[in-house]
Amino acid sequence: MSTELPELAAPPPTGAGGSSPAPTRRTFIATSTVVGGAVVAGSVVGGTSLIGGEEAAAAERPPSSRVSLTVNGTRRSLTVDNRTSLLDLLREHLGLTGSKKGCNAGACGACTVLVDGHRVNACLTLAVRLEGAEVTTIEGLAEGEQLHPLQQAFIDEDAFQCGYCTPGQIVSGVGCIQEGHTGSPEEIREWMSGNICRCGCYVKIVRAVRQTAGRK
Amino acid sequence: MHPFSYTRASDTREALNAGRDGGRYIAGGTTLVDLMRETVERPETLVDITALPLGEITVTERGGLRIGALVTMSEAAAHAKVRTLYPVVSEALELSASAQLRNMATIGGNIMQRTRCTYFRDVTADCNKREPGSGCAALHGVNRTHAILGTSDACVATHPSDAAVAFAALEARVHLLGPDGTRQVPFVDFLLRPGSTPHREQALRSGELITAVQIPPLPRPLRSGYLKVRDRQSYEFALTSAAVALHVRGGVIREARVAAGGVGTVPWKLPAVEQHLVGERPSGALWSAAAAKAADGARPLQHNRFKVELLKRTVERQLRVVGGTE
Ligand SMILES: Cc1cc2nc3c(=O)[nH]c(=O)nc-3n(C[C@H](O)[C@H](O)[C@H](O)COP(=O)(O)OP(=O)(O)OC[C@H]3O[C@@H](n4cnc5c(N)ncnc54)[C@H](O)[C@@H]3O)c2cc1C
Ligand code: SF4
Ligand code: FES
Ligand code: FES
Repeated sequence: MSTELPELAAPPPTGAGGSSPAPTRRTFIATSTVVGGAVVAGSVVGGTSLIGGEEAAAAERPPSSRVSLTVNGTRRSLTVDNRTSLLDLLREHLGLTGSKKGCNAGACGACTVLVDGHRVNACLTLAVRLEGAEVTTIEGLAEGEQLHPLQQAFIDEDAFQCGYCTPGQIVSGVGCIQEGHTGSPEEIREWMSGNICRCGCYVKIVRAVRQTAGRK
Repeated sequence: MHPFSYTRASDTREALNAGRDGGRYIAGGTTLVDLMRETVERPETLVDITALPLGEITVTERGGLRIGALVTMSEAAAHAKVRTLYPVVSEALELSASAQLRNMATIGGNIMQRTRCTYFRDVTADCNKREPGSGCAALHGVNRTHAILGTSDACVATHPSDAAVAFAALEARVHLLGPDGTRQVPFVDFLLRPGSTPHREQALRSGELITAVQIPPLPRPLRSGYLKVRDRQSYEFALTSAAVALHVRGGVIREARVAAGGVGTVPWKLPAVEQHLVGERPSGALWSAAAAKAADGARPLQHNRFKVELLKRTVERQLRVVGGTE
């Protein structure tokens, strides 16, 4: 079966495949903040030191397009290499590293975000296609200091171990609750099956979703 | 991923023009982006067709259904008319992929999706489908999930779609629009068996656009449903599956539509099973006798012999469930 998961649930190095050495997590966070600021001002991304392996592979300046979208309530206008996924846009260009890269192939759900209210896999979404879209990531769920009820339920239920799948689980859970597929634990399991948890926290994840749905 | 240019078609004419110039249509992107990342697909131009007016589901006269090519899998599965008229379609869709993928993926893209054969997805492996003439690594390789029906020495890969199995069973038609106008192709002729040309997968002409899948009306009352057997309970492709629709009146089966998935190089229509059922009275003995014909002509490979028996049992079980006796 080709829905196999990668051996490690760890994010690949940011510069994988490129000629420059991969930045450490610390330098990555520092630089991305700077670029994140520049992006709001409407600069060109891609061709910076932060471009991913796929983008770096092109010799000439690769075909790019301008796109305007709203991410967690903030309007962003930028030029992206056409190959940039929404997941890489969020993580590498906007500094929003909550959404995780597990398989980069639609097979794990770690990258789940809401686009115009619907849960989707950010790894299979090309950023260039999101003109006018509203994107909500795990970073956009809380209201100030007030966690989203499902975030709080994950803490109360202890619904994670390593936490790698958790942002995707929570955003997917928000979608699942909105869709109304929370009638029974079985129904939640089926409709949350697009989110794999390597630590096997499923029982508590289902409990957290059920509780939150019931509260509404 | 190779670089590509990107355009958004605002109407059908623009899309066809871009398609004529060699552009590749992208709908949900869940097959195409994945395979582009693996460099299995290397389009130079992507033509975004999501703005085209192909997102409607309409009931045709006498209770058939026309599902627009850009209707998402989740929209089609949730649609009240699909659920009441053809549960076999909504069930096949809901048992596919994940909620996230179904929100993105479209009906047109679903029937166009490419095989999940691991050698096809691995650009370092020999694969006639990906690179004609290079050989077939699956033939004597790890072929547990591969096809037992409709195979050739050139390719033994399954068509992975679940919805396509329901469409094949119901004898749907694919509506196409090309530079020379519209045409319709019966579902069984739309997806091609590999033969000696496994790289040719659909009867789609260059630049042609799928506009809809149309399910013909069937006499009522009609009972239908989809059963999928797989290695895990959800978010997994079928090892075997069965789409069944039965019209029973006066205690006699008047119409039967049966197809199997996970076993064929294309969704596998089962006319011998259908013929065995028509004119008979539902009974446990009938279901097993009919299902015994489901694997006729099967050519199992080294690692997928189990599919022969599993297929018969899958069809028998689903006949029982839909037929409602025993
Ligand atoms: C992890 C995973 C698990 C999955 N599990 C299942 C499963 O269990 N069952 C199942 O059935 N499927 C499954 N799928 C496959 C999924 O259903 C397909 O990827 C999806 O249906 C493709 O639709 P799309 O709109 O995203 O197509 P796209 O990726 O946009 O396009 C696919 C192909 O169709 C062409 N195309 C698209 N629309 C048109 C049109 N209107 N006219 C002409 N050409 C067109 C494109 O050019 C491209 O070649 C799975 C996928 C993944 C990633
Ligand atoms: S079975 Fe078909 S798709 Fe798989 S390796 Fe052989 S030729 Fe390629
Ligand atoms: S990263 Fe695994 S589904 Fe997107
Ligand atoms: S993968 Fe570790 S908590 Fe889910």
